[in-house]
Amino acid sequence: MITITIKKHAGVFAENKDVAGTLRDETILPTLRNGQEITLDFDGVEGATQSFIHAMISEAIREFGPEVLDHIIFKHCNKSVQAIIEIVVDYMQASE
Amino acid sequence: MKCHISNSVFIGNIDPFLRSFDFSDPSFLEISTHDKWMSVHPVALAMIAALGMTVPRGNVHFDDISATSGHYLQRMGLLELLGIDNIKPIIAKDPSGRFVPLTVIKSAAEQTKFITDMMPLLHLDKAPEQAEAIRYVVSELLRNVLEHAAAPSGAIVAAQYYPKTKRISIGIVDTGVGIKQTITQSHTAWTDAEALRLALTPGITGTTSREGGTIDNAGAGLFFIKSIAVNNHDFFMLYSGQSLYKLHRRKGEVKYLHVDPFHDPHALKEDMPNWHGTVVGIDISLEQTKSFTDLMKVIRTSYSSAIRERRKARYRKARFE
Repeated sequence: MITITIKKHAGVFAENKDVAGTLRDETILPTLRNGQEITLDFDGVEGATQSFIHAMISEAIREFGPEVLDHIIFKHCNKSVQAIIEIVVDYMQASE
Repeated sequence: MKCHISNSVFIGNIDPFLRSFDFSDPSFLEISTHDKWMSVHPVALAMIAALGMTVPRGNVHFDDISATSGHYLQRMGLLELLGIDNIKPIIAKDPSGRFVPLTVIKSAAEQTKFITDMMPLLHLDKAPEQAEAIRYVVSELLRNVLEHAAAPSGAIVAAQYYPKTKRISIGIVDTGVGIKQTITQSHTAWTDAEALRLALTPGITGTTSREGGTIDNAGAGLFFIKSIAVNNHDFFMLYSGQSLYKLHRRKGEVKYLHVDPFHDPHALKEDMPNWHGTVVGIDISLEQTKSFTDLMKVIRTSYSSAIRERRKARYRKARFE
Protein backbone atom coordinates (compact mmCIF):
# COMPACT_ATOMS: atom_id res chain seq x y z
CA MET A 1 0.00 0.00 0.00
CA ILE A 2 1.35 3.40 -1.04
CA THR A 3 0.14 6.59 0.60
CA ILE A 4 0.40 10.09 -0.85
CA THR A 5 0.02 12.97 1.58
CA ILE A 6 -1.61 15.59 -0.65
CA LYS A 7 -0.95 18.56 1.65
CA LYS A 8 2.77 17.87 1.56
CA HIS A 9 2.78 18.26 -2.22
CA ALA A 10 -0.08 20.65 -2.97
CA GLY A 11 -0.58 22.68 0.20
CA VAL A 12 -3.86 23.41 1.98
CA PHE A 13 -5.59 24.35 -1.26
CA ALA A 14 -4.90 21.76 -3.94
CA GLU A 15 -5.00 23.68 -7.21
CA ASN A 16 -1.64 23.26 -8.94
CA LYS A 17 -2.26 20.88 -11.84
CA ASP A 18 1.45 20.49 -12.46
CA VAL A 19 1.72 18.93 -9.01
CA ALA A 20 -1.33 16.74 -9.73
CA GLY A 21 0.24 15.58 -12.99
CA THR A 22 3.51 14.71 -11.29
CA LEU A 23 1.73 12.70 -8.58
CA ARG A 24 -0.28 10.91 -11.28
CA ASP A 25 2.66 10.07 -13.54
CA GLU A 26 5.28 9.30 -10.92
CA THR A 27 3.27 7.56 -8.23
CA ILE A 28 -0.44 6.89 -8.82
CA LEU A 29 -0.39 5.23 -12.24
CA PRO A 30 2.82 3.20 -11.61
CA THR A 31 1.40 1.95 -8.30
CA LEU A 32 -1.88 0.87 -9.89
CA ARG A 33 -0.05 -0.74 -12.81
CA ASN A 34 1.86 -2.80 -10.24
CA GLY A 35 -1.46 -4.03 -8.90
CA GLN A 36 -1.05 -2.21 -5.61
CA GLU A 37 -3.59 -0.11 -3.75
CA ILE A 38 -2.98 3.57 -3.21
CA THR A 39 -4.22 5.95 -0.53
CA LEU A 40 -4.65 9.64 -1.27
CA ASP A 41 -4.56 11.29 2.13
CA PHE A 42 -6.15 14.75 2.16
CA ASP A 43 -5.47 15.42 5.83
CA GLY A 44 -5.10 19.20 6.31
CA VAL A 45 -6.30 20.01 2.79
CA GLU A 46 -9.03 22.66 3.03
CA GLY A 47 -10.11 22.61 -0.60
CA ALA A 48 -9.29 21.43 -4.09
CA THR A 49 -10.25 22.36 -7.61
CA GLN A 50 -12.00 20.07 -10.03
CA SER A 51 -9.04 20.58 -12.39
CA PHE A 52 -6.58 19.32 -9.79
CA ILE A 53 -8.60 16.21 -8.95
CA HIS A 54 -9.30 15.52 -12.64
CA ALA A 55 -5.60 15.77 -13.50
CA MET A 56 -4.74 13.47 -10.62
CA ILE A 57 -7.22 10.59 -11.04
CA SER A 58 -9.10 10.75 -14.36
CA GLU A 59 -6.49 8.86 -16.33
CA ALA A 60 -6.54 6.02 -13.83
CA ILE A 61 -10.30 5.63 -14.35
CA ARG A 62 -9.84 5.85 -18.11
CA GLU A 63 -6.98 3.33 -18.18
CA PHE A 64 -8.30 0.75 -15.73
CA GLY A 65 -12.05 1.39 -15.79
CA PRO A 66 -14.28 2.28 -12.84
CA GLU A 67 -13.05 -0.84 -11.02
CA VAL A 68 -9.87 1.06 -10.25
CA LEU A 69 -11.85 2.92 -7.59
CA ASP A 70 -11.74 -0.28 -5.54
CA HIS A 71 -7.97 0.26 -5.37
CA ILE A 72 -7.86 3.97 -4.53
CA ILE A 73 -8.68 5.11 -1.02
CA PHE A 74 -9.52 8.76 -0.44
CA LYS A 75 -8.68 9.46 3.19
CA HIS A 76 -9.38 12.41 5.53
CA CYS A 77 -11.38 14.37 2.96
CA ASN A 78 -13.48 17.22 4.26
CA LYS A 79 -16.96 17.65 2.78
CA SER A 80 -15.80 20.08 0.14
CA VAL A 81 -12.94 17.92 -1.13
CA GLN A 82 -15.22 14.87 -1.05
CA ALA A 83 -17.80 16.71 -3.17
CA ILE A 84 -15.20 17.58 -5.80
CA ILE A 85 -13.86 14.01 -5.92
CA GLU A 86 -17.41 12.68 -6.34
CA ILE A 87 -17.99 15.09 -9.22
CA VAL A 88 -14.87 13.94 -11.05
CA VAL A 89 -15.60 10.26 -10.44
CA ASP A 90 -19.22 10.65 -11.65
CA TYR A 91 -18.12 12.62 -14.66
CA MET A 92 -15.46 10.17 -15.76
CA GLN A 93 -17.89 7.25 -15.54
CA ALA A 94 -20.58 9.16 -17.41
CA SER A 95 -18.25 10.15 -20.19
CA GLU A 96 -16.54 6.81 -20.80
CA MET B 1 -5.76 52.88 -28.90
CA LYS B 2 -8.20 54.75 -26.72
CA CYS B 3 -10.66 54.09 -23.93
CA HIS B 4 -12.78 56.11 -21.55
CA ILE B 5 -13.55 55.34 -17.91
CA SER B 6 -16.95 56.79 -17.10
CA ASN B 7 -18.03 57.57 -13.54
CA SER B 8 -19.40 54.08 -12.95
CA VAL B 9 -18.17 50.85 -14.50
CA PHE B 10 -19.58 47.60 -13.15
CA ILE B 11 -20.61 44.37 -14.81
CA GLY B 12 -24.22 45.45 -15.05
CA ASN B 13 -23.37 48.69 -16.88
CA ILE B 14 -20.02 47.86 -18.46
CA ASP B 15 -21.13 48.07 -22.10
CA PRO B 16 -20.36 51.80 -22.64
CA PHE B 17 -16.87 51.28 -21.20
CA LEU B 18 -16.25 48.35 -23.54
CA ARG B 19 -17.63 50.26 -26.51
CA SER B 20 -15.26 53.15 -25.73
CA PHE B 21 -12.32 50.99 -26.81
CA ASP B 22 -10.70 52.07 -30.06
CA PHE B 23 -8.04 49.58 -31.11
CA SER B 24 -7.11 51.34 -34.37
CA ASP B 25 -3.52 52.29 -33.48
CA PRO B 26 -1.85 49.65 -31.26
CA SER B 27 1.31 51.73 -30.76
CA PHE B 28 -0.13 53.89 -27.96
CA LEU B 29 -2.91 53.90 -25.38
CA GLU B 30 -4.80 57.05 -24.39
CA ILE B 31 -7.08 56.82 -21.36
CA SER B 32 -9.62 59.47 -20.49
CA THR B 33 -11.61 59.54 -17.27
CA HIS B 34 -14.75 61.11 -15.89
CA ASP B 35 -13.88 64.56 -14.60
CA LYS B 36 -15.70 64.38 -11.27
CA TRP B 37 -15.61 60.91 -9.79
CA MET B 38 -15.45 57.28 -10.76
CA SER B 39 -16.21 53.89 -9.34
CA VAL B 40 -14.64 51.08 -11.31
CA HIS B 41 -14.90 47.29 -11.25
CA PRO B 42 -11.48 45.54 -11.08
CA VAL B 43 -12.19 43.89 -14.44
CA ALA B 44 -12.08 47.32 -16.10
CA LEU B 45 -8.75 48.13 -14.47
CA ALA B 46 -7.37 44.73 -15.47
CA MET B 47 -8.42 45.38 -19.08
CA ILE B 48 -6.67 48.74 -19.17
CA ALA B 49 -3.56 47.24 -17.57
CA ALA B 50 -3.54 44.33 -20.02
CA LEU B 51 -3.90 46.65 -22.98
CA GLY B 52 -1.30 49.08 -21.65
CA MET B 53 1.20 46.26 -21.33
CA THR B 54 0.99 45.60 -25.08
CA VAL B 55 2.22 49.09 -26.07
CA PRO B 56 5.80 50.38 -25.76
CA ARG B 57 6.72 51.78 -22.33
CA GLY B 58 6.03 55.51 -22.25
CA ASN B 59 3.24 55.32 -24.81
CA VAL B 60 0.44 55.11 -22.27
CA HIS B 61 -1.15 58.46 -21.50
CA PHE B 62 -3.74 59.32 -18.90
CA ASP B 63 -5.55 62.60 -19.08
CA ASP B 64 -5.24 64.72 -15.94
CA ILE B 65 -7.07 62.71 -13.31
CA SER B 66 -9.07 65.20 -11.34
CA ALA B 67 -11.62 62.79 -10.00
CA THR B 68 -11.55 62.65 -6.26
CA SER B 69 -11.48 58.89 -6.43
CA GLY B 70 -8.52 58.92 -8.82
CA HIS B 71 -6.43 57.62 -5.98
CA TYR B 72 -8.11 54.30 -6.60
CA LEU B 73 -6.22 53.85 -9.88
CA GLN B 74 -2.99 54.49 -8.05
CA ARG B 75 -3.85 52.31 -5.08
CA MET B 76 -4.82 49.41 -7.34
CA GLY B 77 -1.39 49.61 -8.95
CA LEU B 78 -2.53 50.65 -12.42
CA LEU B 79 -0.27 53.68 -12.75
CA GLU B 80 2.79 51.83 -11.50
CA LEU B 81 2.12 48.83 -13.74
CA LEU B 82 1.89 51.07 -16.79
CA GLY B 83 4.93 53.14 -15.82
CA ILE B 84 2.98 56.37 -15.50
CA ASP B 85 4.67 58.94 -13.30
CA ASN B 86 3.59 62.23 -14.85
CA ILE B 87 0.41 62.52 -12.84
CA LYS B 88 0.19 64.94 -9.95
CA PRO B 89 0.62 63.37 -6.52
CA ILE B 90 -2.50 61.81 -5.16
CA ILE B 91 -3.39 61.87 -1.49
CA ALA B 92 -2.69 58.49 0.03
CA LYS B 93 -5.65 56.72 1.56
CA ASP B 94 -5.79 54.12 4.28
CA PRO B 95 -4.02 51.08 2.80
CA SER B 96 -5.93 48.61 4.96
CA GLY B 97 -8.88 48.47 2.56
CA ARG B 98 -9.92 45.08 1.33
CA PHE B 99 -8.49 44.84 -2.14
CA VAL B 100 -5.96 42.95 -4.20
CA PRO B 101 -4.02 45.29 -6.48
CA LEU B 102 -3.41 44.51 -10.13
CA THR B 103 -1.07 41.54 -10.33
CA VAL B 104 0.53 39.81 -13.30
CA ILE B 105 0.60 36.00 -13.17
CA LYS B 106 2.78 34.09 -15.62
CA SER B 107 3.41 30.72 -13.96
CA ALA B 108 1.77 28.07 -11.78
CA ALA B 109 4.12 29.02 -8.94
CA GLU B 110 3.06 32.68 -9.15
CA GLN B 111 -0.56 31.53 -9.21
CA THR B 112 -0.15 29.47 -6.04
CA LYS B 113 1.55 32.39 -4.27
CA PHE B 114 -1.17 34.79 -5.42
CA ILE B 115 -3.97 32.53 -4.16
CA THR B 116 -2.24 32.21 -0.80
CA ASP B 117 -1.56 35.94 -0.46
CA MET B 118 -5.02 36.99 -1.70
CA MET B 119 -7.06 35.58 1.17
CA PRO B 120 -5.69 37.76 4.01
CA LEU B 121 -5.80 40.84 1.76
CA LEU B 122 -9.54 40.39 1.33
CA HIS B 123 -10.01 39.66 5.07
CA LEU B 124 -12.03 36.56 4.28
CA ASP B 125 -11.19 34.65 7.45
CA LYS B 126 -14.67 35.38 8.85
CA ALA B 127 -16.42 34.11 5.73
CA PRO B 128 -14.83 30.70 5.10
CA GLU B 129 -17.56 29.38 2.77
CA GLN B 130 -17.38 32.43 0.53
CA ALA B 131 -13.61 32.39 0.76
CA GLU B 132 -13.63 28.90 -0.66
CA ALA B 133 -15.74 29.94 -3.64
CA ILE B 134 -13.50 32.94 -4.30
CA ARG B 135 -10.31 30.92 -4.04
CA TYR B 136 -11.80 28.31 -6.34
CA VAL B 137 -12.94 30.81 -8.99
CA VAL B 138 -9.67 32.76 -9.09
CA SER B 139 -7.59 29.60 -9.20
CA GLU B 140 -9.49 28.03 -12.12
CA LEU B 141 -9.58 31.26 -14.11
CA LEU B 142 -5.86 31.90 -13.71
CA ARG B 143 -5.10 28.35 -14.70
CA ASN B 144 -7.24 28.76 -17.83
CA VAL B 145 -5.11 31.72 -18.91
CA LEU B 146 -1.83 29.94 -18.23
CA GLU B 147 -2.91 26.81 -20.12
CA HIS B 148 -4.94 28.11 -23.02
CA ALA B 149 -4.40 31.81 -23.68
CA ALA B 150 -0.83 31.83 -25.01
CA ALA B 151 -0.62 35.35 -23.61
CA PRO B 152 2.93 36.76 -23.43
CA SER B 153 1.80 39.17 -20.69
CA GLY B 154 0.20 36.37 -18.69
CA ALA B 155 -2.96 36.90 -16.66
CA ILE B 156 -3.77 40.24 -15.08
CA VAL B 157 -5.91 39.91 -11.98
CA ALA B 158 -7.38 42.30 -9.40
CA ALA B 159 -10.07 42.10 -6.72
CA GLN B 160 -11.98 44.52 -4.51
CA TYR B 161 -14.39 44.25 -1.60
CA TYR B 162 -17.39 46.59 -1.64
CA PRO B 163 -18.71 46.97 1.90
CA LYS B 164 -22.05 48.58 0.95
CA THR B 165 -23.11 45.70 -1.26
CA LYS B 166 -21.07 43.13 0.67
CA ARG B 167 -19.52 41.60 -2.42
CA ILE B 168 -16.09 40.78 -3.78
CA SER B 169 -15.54 41.80 -7.40
CA ILE B 170 -12.84 40.02 -9.39
CA GLY B 171 -11.41 40.67 -12.83
CA ILE B 172 -9.08 38.34 -14.74
CA VAL B 173 -7.92 39.41 -18.16
CA ASP B 174 -5.47 38.36 -20.86
CA THR B 175 -4.44 39.54 -24.29
CA GLY B 176 -3.84 36.07 -25.66
CA VAL B 177 -5.38 34.16 -28.56
CA GLY B 178 -8.98 34.40 -27.34
CA ILE B 179 -11.62 31.75 -26.80
CA LYS B 180 -12.54 31.18 -30.46
CA GLN B 181 -9.01 30.24 -31.46
CA THR B 182 -8.65 27.94 -28.45
CA ILE B 183 -11.99 26.17 -28.77
CA THR B 184 -11.79 25.70 -32.55
CA GLN B 185 -8.68 23.58 -32.17
CA SER B 186 -11.12 20.74 -31.49
CA HIS B 187 -14.65 22.06 -32.12
CA THR B 188 -16.50 24.05 -34.74
CA ALA B 189 -17.44 27.62 -33.89
CA TRP B 190 -18.04 30.11 -36.68
CA THR B 191 -18.46 33.12 -34.42
CA ASP B 192 -17.08 34.39 -31.12
CA ALA B 193 -20.53 33.92 -29.59
CA GLU B 194 -20.59 30.24 -30.60
CA ALA B 195 -17.12 29.82 -29.10
CA LEU B 196 -18.23 31.43 -25.81
CA ARG B 197 -21.24 29.12 -25.73
CA LEU B 198 -19.03 26.05 -26.18
CA ALA B 199 -16.47 27.26 -23.64
CA LEU B 200 -19.22 27.56 -21.01
CA THR B 201 -20.65 24.12 -21.80
CA PRO B 202 -19.47 21.28 -19.53
CA GLY B 203 -17.22 18.66 -21.06
CA ILE B 204 -16.00 20.82 -23.94
CA THR B 205 -12.35 21.79 -24.09
CA GLY B 206 -10.22 23.11 -26.90
CA THR B 207 -7.69 20.38 -26.23
CA THR B 208 -9.82 17.50 -27.57
CA SER B 209 -13.09 16.71 -29.30
CA ARG B 210 -13.48 13.64 -27.08
CA GLU B 211 -16.18 13.52 -24.40
CA GLY B 212 -14.59 13.60 -20.96
CA GLY B 213 -11.68 15.75 -22.06
CA THR B 214 -8.05 14.79 -21.83
CA ILE B 215 -5.79 13.54 -19.09
CA ASP B 216 -5.32 17.18 -17.98
CA ASN B 217 -8.51 18.96 -19.07
CA ALA B 218 -12.12 18.06 -18.37
CA GLY B 219 -13.58 21.14 -20.05
CA ALA B 220 -15.37 22.10 -16.88
CA GLY B 221 -13.63 25.18 -15.51
CA LEU B 222 -15.85 27.93 -16.91
CA PHE B 223 -19.01 25.85 -16.42
CA PHE B 224 -18.19 25.52 -12.71
CA ILE B 225 -17.54 29.23 -12.38
CA LYS B 226 -20.72 30.20 -14.19
CA SER B 227 -22.58 27.66 -12.02
CA ILE B 228 -21.20 29.19 -8.81
CA ALA B 229 -22.41 32.58 -10.07
CA VAL B 230 -25.86 31.20 -10.97
CA ASN B 231 -26.26 29.54 -7.57
CA ASN B 232 -25.20 32.60 -5.65
CA HIS B 233 -27.18 35.03 -7.82
CA ASP B 234 -23.92 36.75 -8.75
CA PHE B 235 -23.01 38.80 -11.81
CA PHE B 236 -20.69 37.11 -14.29
CA MET B 237 -19.32 38.27 -17.64
CA LEU B 238 -17.21 36.66 -20.34
CA TYR B 239 -15.86 38.74 -23.21
CA SER B 240 -13.66 37.57 -26.06
CA GLY B 241 -13.35 38.70 -29.66
CA GLN B 242 -16.47 40.64 -30.54
CA SER B 243 -18.80 38.82 -28.17
CA LEU B 244 -19.85 39.65 -24.64
CA TYR B 245 -21.84 37.20 -22.52
CA LYS B 246 -23.37 38.56 -19.34
CA LEU B 247 -25.19 36.30 -16.91
CA HIS B 248 -28.27 37.84 -15.38
CA ARG B 249 -29.12 37.03 -11.82
CA ARG B 250 -31.60 34.17 -11.50
CA LYS B 251 -34.23 34.62 -8.78
CA GLY B 252 -35.11 32.02 -6.16
CA GLU B 253 -33.32 28.86 -5.17
CA VAL B 254 -31.45 27.14 -7.99
CA LYS B 255 -32.10 23.42 -8.06
CA TYR B 256 -30.96 22.63 -11.57
CA LEU B 257 -28.23 24.17 -13.71
CA HIS B 258 -28.61 24.68 -17.41
CA VAL B 259 -26.00 22.93 -19.49
CA ASP B 260 -26.43 25.43 -22.30
CA PRO B 261 -25.36 28.89 -21.09
CA PHE B 262 -27.81 30.43 -23.55
CA HIS B 263 -30.64 28.88 -21.53
CA ASP B 264 -29.60 30.87 -18.47
CA PRO B 265 -30.99 34.40 -18.18
CA HIS B 266 -28.31 36.37 -20.00
CA ALA B 267 -27.43 39.15 -22.42
CA LEU B 268 -25.33 38.49 -25.50
CA LYS B 269 -23.71 41.19 -27.61
CA GLU B 270 -21.91 40.20 -30.80
CA ASP B 271 -20.85 43.60 -32.08
CA MET B 272 -18.40 44.70 -29.41
CA PRO B 273 -14.92 46.09 -30.15
CA ASN B 274 -12.70 43.12 -30.99
CA TRP B 275 -10.83 42.19 -27.79
CA HIS B 276 -7.82 40.04 -28.63
CA GLY B 277 -7.84 37.77 -25.62
CA THR B 278 -10.30 36.94 -22.89
CA VAL B 279 -11.94 38.99 -20.14
CA VAL B 280 -13.75 37.48 -17.14
CA GLY B 281 -15.50 39.50 -14.46
CA ILE B 282 -17.43 38.14 -11.51
CA ASP B 283 -19.06 39.50 -8.36
CA ILE B 284 -19.34 37.13 -5.42
CA SER B 285 -21.78 38.06 -2.71
CA LEU B 286 -20.62 37.53 0.86
CA GLU B 287 -24.24 37.19 1.93
CA GLN B 288 -24.93 34.05 -0.04
CA THR B 289 -26.39 31.37 2.15
CA LYS B 290 -25.53 28.22 0.20
CA SER B 291 -22.37 26.48 1.40
CA PHE B 292 -19.62 25.60 -1.05
CA THR B 293 -20.32 21.91 -0.50
CA ASP B 294 -24.01 22.39 -1.32
CA LEU B 295 -22.98 24.32 -4.42
CA MET B 296 -20.88 21.39 -5.51
CA LYS B 297 -23.80 19.01 -4.95
CA VAL B 298 -25.98 21.01 -7.36
CA ILE B 299 -23.16 21.14 -9.88
CA ARG B 300 -22.55 17.40 -9.54
CA THR B 301 -26.15 16.56 -10.43
CA SER B 302 -26.15 18.75 -13.51
CA TYR B 303 -22.63 18.09 -14.69
CA SER B 304 -22.79 14.34 -15.16
CA SER B 305 -26.33 14.36 -16.53
CA ALA B 306 -25.15 16.96 -19.06
CA ILE B 307 -22.54 14.57 -20.36
CA ARG B 308 -25.03 11.71 -20.56
CA GLU B 309 -27.61 13.88 -22.34
CA ARG B 310 -25.08 15.07 -24.88
CA ARG B 311 -23.91 11.55 -25.60
CA LYS B 312 -27.55 10.49 -25.97
CA ALA B 313 -28.25 13.38 -28.34
CA ARG B 314 -25.30 12.43 -30.50
CA TYR B 315 -26.22 8.73 -30.57
CA ARG B 316 -27.27 7.60 -34.03
CA LYS B 317 -28.78 4.33 -35.21
CA ALA B 318 -27.57 2.70 -38.39
CA ARG B 319 -29.82 3.37 -41.39
CA PHE B 320 -30.90 0.37 -43.46
CA GLU B 321 -32.64 0.64 -46.82
